[in-house]
Amino acid sequence: MQSKPLLAGAVLALALTGAVAGEVEVLHYWTSGGEAKSAAELRKMMQSKGHTWKDFAVAGGGGDNAMTVLKSRVVSGNPPAAAQIKGPAIQEWAAEGVLANLDAVAKAEQWDTALPAVVASVMKYKGSYVAAPVNVHRVNWLWASPEVLQKAGVAGMPKTLDEFFAAADKIKAAGLIPVAHGGQNWQDFTTFESVVLGVGGPKFYQDALVKLDQKALTSDTMAKSLEAFRKIKSYTDPAAPGRDWNLATAMVMQGKAGFQFMGDWAKGEFMAAGKVPGKDFLCAAAPGTANAFTFNVDSFAMYKLKDAGAQKAQADLAAAIMSPAFQEVFNLNKGSIPVRLGMAMDKFDDCARLSSKDFVDTAKSGGLVPSVAHGMAVSPAAEGAIKDAVSQFWNNDKISVADGMKNIAKAATNR
Amino acid sequence: MNSLDKLLPKLVLAPAFVLGLAFIYGFMVWNGVLSLTASRMLPNYEFVGLEQYTRLFEMDRWWVALKNLGIFGVLYVGGSMALGVLLAILLDQKVRAEGFIRTIYLYPMALSFVVTGTAWKWILNPSEGLQKLVQDLGWESFTFDWLVQSEMAIYCVVIAGVWQSAGFAMALFLAGLRGIDDSIIKAAQIDGASLPRIYWRIVLPALRPVFFSTLMVLAHLSIKAFDLVMALTAGGPGYATDVPATFMYAMSFSRGQIGLGAASATIMLATVAAIVVPYLYSELRKKP
Amino acid sequence: MTARRFTLGRFALMATLLIGAAFFLAPLYVMVVTSLKDAEELRTGNLLSLPGSLNFSAWSEAWSSACTGADCRGLQPFFWNSVWMAVPAVLISTTWGALNGYVLSLWKFRGSETFFGLLLFGVFMPFQVVLLPMSQVLGWLGISSSIGGLILVHCLAGLPSTTLFFRNYYAAVPGELLNAARLDGAGFWQIFLRIIVPMSTPIAMVTLIWQFTQIWNDFLFGVAFSGADSKPVTVGLNNLANTTSSVKAYNVDMAAALIAALPTVAVYVLAGRYFVRGLTAGAVKG
Repeated sequence: MQSKPLLAGAVLALALTGAVAGEVEVLHYWTSGGEAKSAAELRKMMQSKGHTWKDFAVAGGGGDNAMTVLKSRVVSGNPPAAAQIKGPAIQEWAAEGVLANLDAVAKAEQWDTALPAVVASVMKYKGSYVAAPVNVHRVNWLWASPEVLQKAGVAGMPKTLDEFFAAADKIKAAGLIPVAHGGQNWQDFTTFESVVLGVGGPKFYQDALVKLDQKALTSDTMAKSLEAFRKIKSYTDPAAPGRDWNLATAMVMQGKAGFQFMGDWAKGEFMAAGKVPGKDFLCAAAPGTANAFTFNVDSFAMYKLKDAGAQKAQADLAAAIMSPAFQEVFNLNKGSIPVRLGMAMDKFDDCARLSSKDFVDTAKSGGLVPSVAHGMAVSPAAEGAIKDAVSQFWNNDKISVADGMKNIAKAATNR
Repeated sequence: MNSLDKLLPKLVLAPAFVLGLAFIYGFMVWNGVLSLTASRMLPNYEFVGLEQYTRLFEMDRWWVALKNLGIFGVLYVGGSMALGVLLAILLDQKVRAEGFIRTIYLYPMALSFVVTGTAWKWILNPSEGLQKLVQDLGWESFTFDWLVQSEMAIYCVVIAGVWQSAGFAMALFLAGLRGIDDSIIKAAQIDGASLPRIYWRIVLPALRPVFFSTLMVLAHLSIKAFDLVMALTAGGPGYATDVPATFMYAMSFSRGQIGLGAASATIMLATVAAIVVPYLYSELRKKP
Repeated sequence: MTARRFTLGRFALMATLLIGAAFFLAPLYVMVVTSLKDAEELRTGNLLSLPGSLNFSAWSEAWSSACTGADCRGLQPFFWNSVWMAVPAVLISTTWGALNGYVLSLWKFRGSETFFGLLLFGVFMPFQVVLLPMSQVLGWLGISSSIGGLILVHCLAGLPSTTLFFRNYYAAVPGELLNAARLDGAGFWQIFLRIIVPMSTPIAMVTLIWQFTQIWNDFLFGVAFSGADSKPVTVGLNNLANTTSSVKAYNVDMAAALIAALPTVAVYVLAGRYFVRGLTAGAVKG
């Protein structure tokens, strides 16, 4: 990470060649172990091109503090070059007219062929690229500790919710924690959307959580989902509220807990700790969701800059993000798979290869759905309100399933 | 006084006048205007009347935030003052290590709420903090998991807040106590009044001005408890410890609902004004 | 007030005071003790257990090598940002408050009391309200995301409280003193510099300490108005405490929190008596 001599040498070389070296200020909230390593990779690439990377990490709240800073900077007329923004929020920012047009880079690097249509459309506003995608995360994973499963006498990864509950009972009987969970509202919702997907299937998921159809949100299927969701809570430990996601992953790593419902950035944590998939930890689609893929695409939205050098640096950043070299290195560290199509997956582990195969398959079968928990599907206002309602239901056992449904349906009317 | 001397005070005050009023009232008005618009991610000026306020009061989370402000405000201010008065009276008893003890009571005020929140978050954590400690010491069934219970978490915020500010209240009351004329007390003692009676009838009433100043400072701090809530519970579990300040922050900055955030801020200001303005008015009328 | 005899009442008094002291010291004890432990002791010990040895590795890590995002330079750069921000802001806001307090107490004119009342309301204003408009203004002035911008914001935010402190204090200056000075031909500035300033030490101490604490400990403005290079230590601490790998390094977190708190605590320990003295001299009289 301390590559000052390299940077100085590169800048000198570039100065001699007269190239325009710029500075990119990059706003992000990748502060956990695996994530920080991944961010460092991007920084290295930029520095090797002679540009300066001004790291602007703002931790806390799953990006809340970062969004505050971003708004304040944009309003003041001094936006960063790139900010970690994804999903519909990209369109909201573009609608304000503050994002840069990346079509020149996109054409040169042939993004339209390199990206699946569903991803490309999120990165575009009115037909022009305004953001560069970094990876594809699969959210509907279930992670497990083989050690715990063995101690409890659980045979393999549960494929349905019924099998899951049976396994959880066995783990509880063995005196261990069945489900490691962190009580933050995005984590509650990550579990919730996997449950809805498992109980209702991809079409129901789309109707209820993406289209926010009131009938679907107040249907029996939703009631069943809420019941299953509440049942999962009974398998978590009481100290869960407020716990960070990677500390919950650590519980599985250390053999204290059996399962975790989390996206594949959890794999990044396992790998950063030197664990081997298949041996030290197991991965499988969340119960009932083997034919579906909930996607979460991290991306950097690029802001309109005034300085020519900075614009050049920004274009290089966009190109670097989509380059095969970066896609491979970054995703190896983060736990996700490259968003770029057609990449060789030999260096990736079995879980990643399964993810990659399912990504392509579900795109064809209609099982590829955006993650609501991670801001891929609905506006921040609706998402926030629904998360509030779901987390209230999770935390407060006195709220009945019927009332929970009503609250969620009401929250879904936020725009 | 020559004419320059007449003009000079106004000139000197001018920057404060312009900047202060702009900063406080200009921005308040701007905020009020925003609360009447459909602003989402960034400000826009499409007027929608009182719609944001209607939406605000239909949200369960807002009502929870208001309730928490009431609970926290009353307990934090009341608790800090009660503890402050008690400690001040005790310390006023010509204690030998007074300076040292006073420093101990006062230092929490020097800490940032972020630091306080971080430390207390760990202390109150059921599986790693106080509960675990007492259980390890042998008392197996001891529970103190308020921090993770929706109903009780706000009281943890109160505990951390009182810890932070009671010393400051004590310092103010101590200064006030020292300002009371000894001769009145001595006269009362000669007349045979008991110590508690002296305190109740003479000392506490004489502390009234200090009481009000302290109330003002603590009320001001309780509104700023944003940092403390963010660091200690981040509004959780769920949104059980949300207060209007954190609500406004979330709505304006994370949810892209600036209009709604502005409406909540206006209500906060109105609440504060309702309490503070009559007090300020009466105080300033009394002054020479 | 009572005689210093060793009675039961006396004993109860000291006991209560000591219990109070323990309550206030406990979190500090926990923080210090934790910051001196190594990873093994963290895992096996509990909240109150003493470290095996005085291990300062967590402290050096927090200062120079802990990760706060993709940067792993510890709290050091943020600490200096805070210094460059706080010192000018404290000095400017205190001086400005003194001047305003001077005018409002001793050179009243029509409307000055009303202005004071209006200004005072600013003490209670929740600062979230000003975040967005302030960003816009800072952008126009070209000082957004810089330390200069933070200094300006803190001066504005501190204006009502500093003015209040000085104005209340100066209001107690006896009228005869001023009249005598005026009869001697002293003008606005001469009275201020020759008479008022020399007697302002108690209130200046109170204001300096109060402002330093508020500004150094602020998080909201620090997070909203800073850029990559100008983040104060509170923002750095928050990043550090949230930058975790699978095992939460509580010892580094606590060491970092203590480093961030050191300046303000030092100010209180060393200058606390001036603070109390200043309060006694009438800073916050009703």
